[in-house]
Amino acid sequence: MKDEITREDRVAGLKGLGCSRKRVEDARFTQGKGNYVDDIQLPGMLHGDFVRSPYAHARVKSINIEAAMALPGVVAVLTAKDLEPLNLHWMPTLAGDKQMVLADGKVLFQGQEVAFVVANDRYIAADAVELVEVDYEELEVIVDPFKSLQSDVVLREDLVAEDGSIPNGAHGPRKHPNHIFTWEAGEEEATNQVIGNADVVATEEMYYHRTHPCPLETCGSVASMDKVNGKLTLWGTFQAPHVVRTVASLLSGIEEHNIRVVSPDIGGGFGNKVGVYPGYVCSIVASIVTGVPVKWVEDRMENLMSTAFARDYWMKGKISATKEGKITGLHCHVTADHGAFDACADPTKFPAGFMNICTGSYDIPVAYLGVDGVYTNKAPGGVSYRCSFRVTEAVYFIERMIEVLAIELNMDPAELRSINFIKKEQFPYTAALGWEYDSGDYQTAWDKALLAVDYKGLRAEQAERVEAFKRGETRKVMGIGLSFFTEIVGAGPVKNCDILGMGMFDSCEIRIHPTGSAVARLGTISQGQGHATTFAQILATEIGLSAESITIEEGDTDTAPYGLGTYGSRSTPVAGAAAAMAGRKIRAKAQMIAAYLLEVHDNDVEFDVDRFVVKGSPEQFKTMKEIAYAAYNQAIPGLEPGLEAVSYYDPPNMTYPFGAYVCVMDIDVDTGVPEIRRFYALDDCGTRINPMVIEGQIHGGLTEALAVALGQEIAYDDMGNVKTATLMDFFLPTAWEVPNYETDFTVTPSPHHPIGAKGVGESPHVGGVPCFSNAVQDAFRPFGNRHTNMPHDHWRIWQTANNLGMHD
Amino acid sequence: MSNKMHVNLTVNGEDHEFLAEPRELLIYALREKLNITGPHVGCETSHCGACTVTMNGKSVKSCTVFVAQANGAEVTTIEGIGNPDALHILQESFKEHHGLQCGYCTPGMITRAVKLLEENSNPTEEDVRFGIAGNICRCTGYQNIVKSILSAASEMNAAKEAAQ
Repeated sequence: MKDEITREDRVAGLKGLGCSRKRVEDARFTQGKGNYVDDIQLPGMLHGDFVRSPYAHARVKSINIEAAMALPGVVAVLTAKDLEPLNLHWMPTLAGDKQMVLADGKVLFQGQEVAFVVANDRYIAADAVELVEVDYEELEVIVDPFKSLQSDVVLREDLVAEDGSIPNGAHGPRKHPNHIFTWEAGEEEATNQVIGNADVVATEEMYYHRTHPCPLETCGSVASMDKVNGKLTLWGTFQAPHVVRTVASLLSGIEEHNIRVVSPDIGGGFGNKVGVYPGYVCSIVASIVTGVPVKWVEDRMENLMSTAFARDYWMKGKISATKEGKITGLHCHVTADHGAFDACADPTKFPAGFMNICTGSYDIPVAYLGVDGVYTNKAPGGVSYRCSFRVTEAVYFIERMIEVLAIELNMDPAELRSINFIKKEQFPYTAALGWEYDSGDYQTAWDKALLAVDYKGLRAEQAERVEAFKRGETRKVMGIGLSFFTEIVGAGPVKNCDILGMGMFDSCEIRIHPTGSAVARLGTISQGQGHATTFAQILATEIGLSAESITIEEGDTDTAPYGLGTYGSRSTPVAGAAAAMAGRKIRAKAQMIAAYLLEVHDNDVEFDVDRFVVKGSPEQFKTMKEIAYAAYNQAIPGLEPGLEAVSYYDPPNMTYPFGAYVCVMDIDVDTGVPEIRRFYALDDCGTRINPMVIEGQIHGGLTEALAVALGQEIAYDDMGNVKTATLMDFFLPTAWEVPNYETDFTVTPSPHHPIGAKGVGESPHVGGVPCFSNAVQDAFRPFGNRHTNMPHDHWRIWQTANNLGMHD
Repeated sequence: MSNKMHVNLTVNGEDHEFLAEPRELLIYALREKLNITGPHVGCETSHCGACTVTMNGKSVKSCTVFVAQANGAEVTTIEGIGNPDALHILQESFKEHHGLQCGYCTPGMITRAVKLLEENSNPTEEDVRFGIAGNICRCTGYQNIVKSILSAASEMNAAKEAAQ
């Protein structure tokens, strides 16, 4: 057979690694044919709705459901009393604590689930919610974690022994009834010693405010208990459907093979959809009780008030350096407000997530981190909002400490970073707080970024602007925000990473069809990342079949192999690696088939793009399509028919993407309005699978960073009322507020990942928040600003200017 | 319930007649009575625009229109914009320029963009950004949405010129 197309054509035809393949998901989404959980309608389906607590802390003296039950169309009203015989009135959290499914004697935060109404339609359910009478006795409310640790008010009576002693929690000893854990990394004594003897020490306290991932689609589920076959099907907004199946089985007692969990299309997750929520449990129980399908979908206010906050870290830092600016030590203490239940979504052994990545991109010889988790009368959660576990907090902390140290040293913050970067030749690098960074070339990325924005020119312009402001010629100041971040993603090695005991591996199963197309299923689930497009690209390059002929399926636990799901930028580092490894198994068998067909020894053929060729005579070959067909229609001695493979991938290490961001901002000191003039983002995510998708992820992550830095907040008043529970008060940027971003990249592959990829979805958020914040703070630095807390909304920026006397 | 009213709606060129409580929101009538699930619910307070449809020639947030107010109206949803054999230029353009990720805002966003380009066939970037400011996207950061709409506008204008 004569081969008329060139090798380049064949590579291009695969639409494999590195090409900006258009997304296969888009056909259905652009035509309104996505299938989200609220689109699911089943015959006889009922609607569930919650009665929620108006109080942040109160005893529930009585619940009267009579009037609600009397309303035509109401089928059931569930309270904790109904769930107790099933042992479902409380449920375990991902963090080793337990959480009320429905209020059991008291409520601990505003918006807490008190009763679950089930009715024929959503309007009747909502009417019935109003008819449930709950008698509350208000208790003293604590929204401040520092006060909580001093208070006599016990929030969680279930965690205090009858004799008043405080039993250990899931993470060791507790010092106070409202204390959850102390978690430490590094060496405190050695760190204190270094800091005590240092030339220069900078200290700072900062509050990383509470916020919320707020995906456009809220959380929800549809449970359908088929009593005839004993099978429960649960559709829902699950970032980790397989874990949900295991949890549902453990909670309900239904054997795991009789539970099918399906994540349909998910309208954004950003961490919000990792947790297990009372709504899921109640929809299951209601379906078991009524024998018909039950849908629960929260509204926006419920979403912001009850499912999954993020951050709420009070961080205290000390950083020491020589006079020349070489950092010698870092000390960090965090008071972590976890709300009413510890429902943080972290790997089990990491109650403060990977906060111990807080030495950042710098070669810091000695460091210490201590974190105290505290209960308050606020919603539970503590999810990683578009970041790996607590990495946004860690990177914000170190990138602010660097800026403050630069002020202390009277040194340019860009130069201070350069002096302290971990050097290229130091990788793999073991950081003072324990992580082994896989690869990096920070200085190259930094130099490229500073050159791209003409950093020196910007500083000169800023100096001129300061003078012009002082002369009264302008009311706008200029800020240059810098950040250099190292992420830690791809959780993670089973030896130290698990969720509820499930090791954090991931998986891929491939079946090649006789005609040379394929289906591959993975343990992850896309929420907009475009897995159906990009995983097919990884496979195309590995197995030599076009991405266009590979279907990717995820999210159905009856068909997909077990995996830990999609969050913490783990899909590409873990499931992507599983895909590559499964692809290599396919290739290994294909090699034997090719050798048989070509009548040569296995070792005499080699893989070339889309075929196996006889070494030294490339005109003799079998394409992967031909090999696939042969796998099904030829009896090959010593080989089973068929061509399929499965891989469960346990990553040997995390991956460490990094990047260099610069933001240039003009701020009107009289209105407090910041104007983003320029945002340059250089990302190094290792091997790039689809540049178009990568850019899209960066634009989106930066925009969520802009939101968090410049206004987005879940705020409470002293009574525990949520002040930002609608989109009127909770800031989501529109197209009008968002700038165009410049994206750039370097490529430093991960040495341990099969294709060298590191993950990218969360980098822009992790690096973006400190960059926006640093831009605001840098604008006021020449006027005496050292640190102000986020969010930098117009009012707070105005206050900063006012406090600095700039309105005088 | 006896407090239901007859509602007549023309949706995507098709006439529908059904019973509904006057308080029922247009978005739920579309989604749950007529099985038109392209428009989505994101906030129920008019902020996010996931439910955007065209009603009597104007972009509206169908989560804050009572079905009673919509009685007799002509409504276009994403389902009425292009079809699998002939996508609207904007649908093509969103695919081409990666103007969507999770897809939840996309039906409302494209429905709004169609109307926007009817209102202003030659918009600047600023016009586009202002024109879609009622539609929130959490995934894309808008950059590629703006690009998609501007590119569709010039393509549509070029097609118009060629036809003349």
